[in-house]
Amino acid sequence: MTAPGKPGKDVDKRERIVKRIARELRDGFYVNLGIGMPTLIANYVPRGIEVILQSENGMLGIGPYPVEGQEDCDLINAGKETVSEMAGTSYFSSADSFAMIRGGHIDLSVLGAMEVDESGSLANWMIPGKMVKGMGGAMDLVASARRVVVAMEHTTRDGVPKILKKCTLPLTGVKVVDTIVTEMAYIRVTKDGLVLEEVASGLTAEDVQRATEARLILSPHLKEMES
Amino acid sequence: MNKVVANADEAIRDVFDGAVIMIGGFGLCGMPENLIRALTRKGTKNLTTISNNVGVDGVGNGLLLAAGQIVHHIGTYVGENKLLEEMVLKGTIKLDLVPQGTFSERIRAGGAGIPAFFTPTGVGTIVADGKETREFDGRTYLMERGLKADFAFVKAWKGDAQGNLVYRKTARNFNPMMATAAKVTIAEVEHLVEVGELDGDSIHTPSVYVKRIFVGELYEKRIERRTVRKHA
Repeated sequence: MTAPGKPGKDVDKRERIVKRIARELRDGFYVNLGIGMPTLIANYVPRGIEVILQSENGMLGIGPYPVEGQEDCDLINAGKETVSEMAGTSYFSSADSFAMIRGGHIDLSVLGAMEVDESGSLANWMIPGKMVKGMGGAMDLVASARRVVVAMEHTTRDGVPKILKKCTLPLTGVKVVDTIVTEMAYIRVTKDGLVLEEVASGLTAEDVQRATEARLILSPHLKEMES
Repeated sequence: MNKVVANADEAIRDVFDGAVIMIGGFGLCGMPENLIRALTRKGTKNLTTISNNVGVDGVGNGLLLAAGQIVHHIGTYVGENKLLEEMVLKGTIKLDLVPQGTFSERIRAGGAGIPAFFTPTGVGTIVADGKETREFDGRTYLMERGLKADFAFVKAWKGDAQGNLVYRKTARNFNPMMATAAKVTIAEVEHLVEVGELDGDSIHTPSVYVKRIFVGELYEKRIERRTVRKHA
């Protein structure tokens, strides 16, 4: 798979984020990757690890994009992109798919966010009066996946923090995020607040704090972000 | 028993102004495109549509929207449809956005005689506004209602004259639940086979749910996002 076309710098940022999240994958995980950047994580699954990708439109075992000429309009992922099958792929209805999600059978859900706050609440589905897109399956995924990881750029394009004391947009879920990964940092959500665990190479904890509205707690094990 | 009708126009002969219609498909994948086109031709108005998406601009349910036939839509994601977004922001259409798992379970429940159920999805969000909550085993859940419709339009890969249906790959999506949740379920299929030809262990929608069935006249089978790789 290849990244949707965004010029140089953004691609670097995105690659750093998805590579770091790929390191969270464990052998045997069933994983739901959200639309957009999280989908790219499939390109960086570490060697020797087998994960099965779930798509909420009713498929377990998503394969790579098809070879040209093999596209099948009946075979798409949740981003409505044409995909292929793997050995062992299964198909099911949307009700079965969300029973799988709601029932806590998905080990890891990765999705984007417009805002996340220090309690682990996130917003990613609407901007009142401006944008109406809908929540799709995001509310179900964040409510019930065993672990929820947010993949997003640390600030807006204008440099405004997206990691806030309290979300301002309509929420997707309350206190649901476990980990936030940005191009600047790896942050763990705890009941005491946001713990800064890793900082990207070339940056300091102060740099990350300046780009973050919420107060960051420095981890006793603070280290450089692995990629 | 023979539920076969000649075509989409005959299949929707009794769809009335103000009807509530479930329409299968995830985006354009697995949507009953012939029934949608027939409904556009018929020009039925004041419809409430229950469908994950509203197609894309000018395709699928987007045709019904552009023709001004829909007054109320219940779905989960409308990001592919600029016209709908404009209509919602202007207030010319009523839109209920429902989390996708809640949406599919509401339809499943509607068809299964379950009037309401509790789900953890949406607790603490605007989706929960005005809804009853209850605690079970220390966690808060939201009460959601089953959904039913006057008609369900579904698309299957194969079907027989009794109305047994088999879907193909991810074109299954919402079609099986919708088939159970309407007073009149109409199935369009790519292949109509002899009764007995479908393996009873592999039938996805048993015939009891389907009132009418026909072979779709034209399958454009549009792909929304064609993504490919260069090498095998």
